[in-house]
Amino acid sequence: MVEVKQLTGVETIATLFARAREQNRAAFLPYFPIGYPTYETSLDAIQAMAEAGVDGFEIGVPFSDPLADGPTIQAATQIALENGVTVRKCLDAIQTLRGRGVTQPMLLMSYLNPLLAYGVDRFVLDAKAVGADGLIVPDLPPEEAALVADACAREGLALVFFLAPTSSDERITLVNRYATGFIYVVSLTGVTGARTELPPDLREFITRVRAKADKPLVLGFGISTPEQASSMNGLVDGFIVGSALVKAGREGVDAVRELAARLRRALD
Amino acid sequence: MMAYIQTDTTSVPDARGYYGEFGGRFVPETLIPALDELTAAYHEAMNDPAFQQRLADLQATYTGRPTPITYAKRLSEHLGGAQIYLKREDLAHTGAHKINNALGQALLAQRMGKQRVVAETGAGQHGVASATASALLGLDCHVYMGTVDIARQQPNVFRMKLLGAEVIPVESGSKTLKDAINEAIRDWVTNVRETFYLLGSALGPHPYPMMVRDFQSVIGVEARRQIVELAGRLPDACIACVGGGSNAIGLFHAFRDDERVDLIGVEAGGHGIDGGEHAARFADPDIGRPGVLHGTRSFVMQDTDGQIVNTHSVSAGLDYASVGPEHAYLRAQERAYYTYATDEEALAAFQTLCRLEGIIPALESSHAVAEVIKRAPHMPKDSIILVNLSGRGDKDLDTVMRELKLNG
Ligand SMILES: Cc1ncc(COP(=O)(O)O)c(C=O)c1O
Repeated sequence: MVEVKQLTGVETIATLFARAREQNRAAFLPYFPIGYPTYETSLDAIQAMAEAGVDGFEIGVPFSDPLADGPTIQAATQIALENGVTVRKCLDAIQTLRGRGVTQPMLLMSYLNPLLAYGVDRFVLDAKAVGADGLIVPDLPPEEAALVADACAREGLALVFFLAPTSSDERITLVNRYATGFIYVVSLTGVTGARTELPPDLREFITRVRAKADKPLVLGFGISTPEQASSMNGLVDGFIVGSALVKAGREGVDAVRELAARLRRALD
Repeated sequence: MMAYIQTDTTSVPDARGYYGEFGGRFVPETLIPALDELTAAYHEAMNDPAFQQRLADLQATYTGRPTPITYAKRLSEHLGGAQIYLKREDLAHTGAHKINNALGQALLAQRMGKQRVVAETGAGQHGVASATASALLGLDCHVYMGTVDIARQQPNVFRMKLLGAEVIPVESGSKTLKDAINEAIRDWVTNVRETFYLLGSALGPHPYPMMVRDFQSVIGVEARRQIVELAGRLPDACIACVGGGSNAIGLFHAFRDDERVDLIGVEAGGHGIDGGEHAARFADPDIGRPGVLHGTRSFVMQDTDGQIVNTHSVSAGLDYASVGPEHAYLRAQERAYYTYATDEEALAAFQTLCRLEGIIPALESSHAVAEVIKRAPHMPKDSIILVNLSGRGDKDLDTVMRELKLNG
């Protein structure tokens, strides 16, 4: 195969949204933690979702104190840690997945402390080297981000920031200025976890964000069903499903593939 | 008249909540607007003489402030060196310094129109103080507590329930203070609009370390005046135990500019530093390194991969993997010095104070007393140590009985 021009992580992620937009649908970015239920199974699950045609990935790096996560992801990442997963192993996992032909953009989701312990500059360099496209750090607001943002900018990796229903218009402008790749819009005040219903004021909130932000908006927290997924079309540029897939992961790779495929089909 | 609580008396924190390279705000976006709102409400309240007066009145007529300082004559004679004075936070209502902060924050919650209060607790003293302040002001109080701590601080669990608070057991992680804070933050993220997070120590995201320090600064302000009245001069050393660091910073704050006064914080040495079973964040460079936990950058006990490690202390209130950012700053500035006492040393100090002074100290405070016992004999007879007796030990009787195998 002829090597074409290498796109940066930010550019690769932009392509993802451009393609979904062409197809008049929202992009689907599943979350899955490395090391759950086992290291090997987590890789197989991610590969299976790639084959099911998802648009990109949020790859979870486990942390002992995940304070933005609900019980499902807490339990899964705790198991991942017990399985001996480290930051380095998460990077290796991305390299392995690239080797197995996973081409979709992959963003690493990590709390800040493991990145600080690894060394932010080294982490960003290594993440780029293994083929990651960006970083999502849930306990890093833009005000504190200089260190990570500089490293990501140098290496062309996206650095995603969050907006929440509590964010003021000023903060929407601020986050839009700092975020690269996309803005992670948290659907509700709360932690991660599947919910039966999305909040009633969601559309209003998204409209408020759109009025001030021109970056792609990716909705997360609480989305779990194909019905909810299809309601993302026309509302946001993409969405993330985590806890529901992690729950499926308990049953094995087939269950994950199946749910990912149904969520993806719901967008057509 | 001077305000009851003096704010902005030092250059730290800066506007972003930094104490040198420590502090800041590392929390999910959902909470940032709440922290902004809290910061604004706090400054506004402190500039309102009516708020200051209300707090001053409650501290006088409800908490029983000022708490006295007691000259520990027999302990001083026994040790044969420095003269030892005890700041008696154990005599404050609810039996520990925690009430100073809980009252201040509960008044602020009420002023902000937040009816629902969440708190975390380790030893149960902050939980009891929060439940007490909530009962007094008619707020709904929900306290997260690790199940390990629930088991070792039963009397305080019952106290909280009597006071009308809901105690929510936390089963995750190490089932101690760290995990209780995680759950309290998750609750706050979920119910942020109507909930006030009543944080119990000088840690967490800005403005908490500053606000808790300010509310606790009455300890040092009173003690500084009292020691001059009683002993005729400032002490040579101030000693306090350091969990999150609120009683220590409360004592140290008033002495910060008195360069001759040594400020000494005592962490929990647990089973000793070597095996890693302790909570001495500053004493073990292998695992106690700068990092981010619970929204602030400070010293954090972690493995090489940045995972937070389990801590150990016989005292629940010191059994925590991080420490308030201002202590990391004072240490970096070499203004304060930090050491540790092991479980064994703290238990010995506990008994010594019981027998020589007729005071049953909290196991947390016993760590500070343990440092006094090590240090005083080497100091001249005309030198003075002021030690913060942060709380009383009633809550710890079960633990002490078990540890000393005196029961049966
Ligand atoms: C009596 C007493 N002293 C000290 C502490 C430790 O906290 P801090 O370091 O915030 O004073 C506690 C905490 O529960 C306590 O109950």
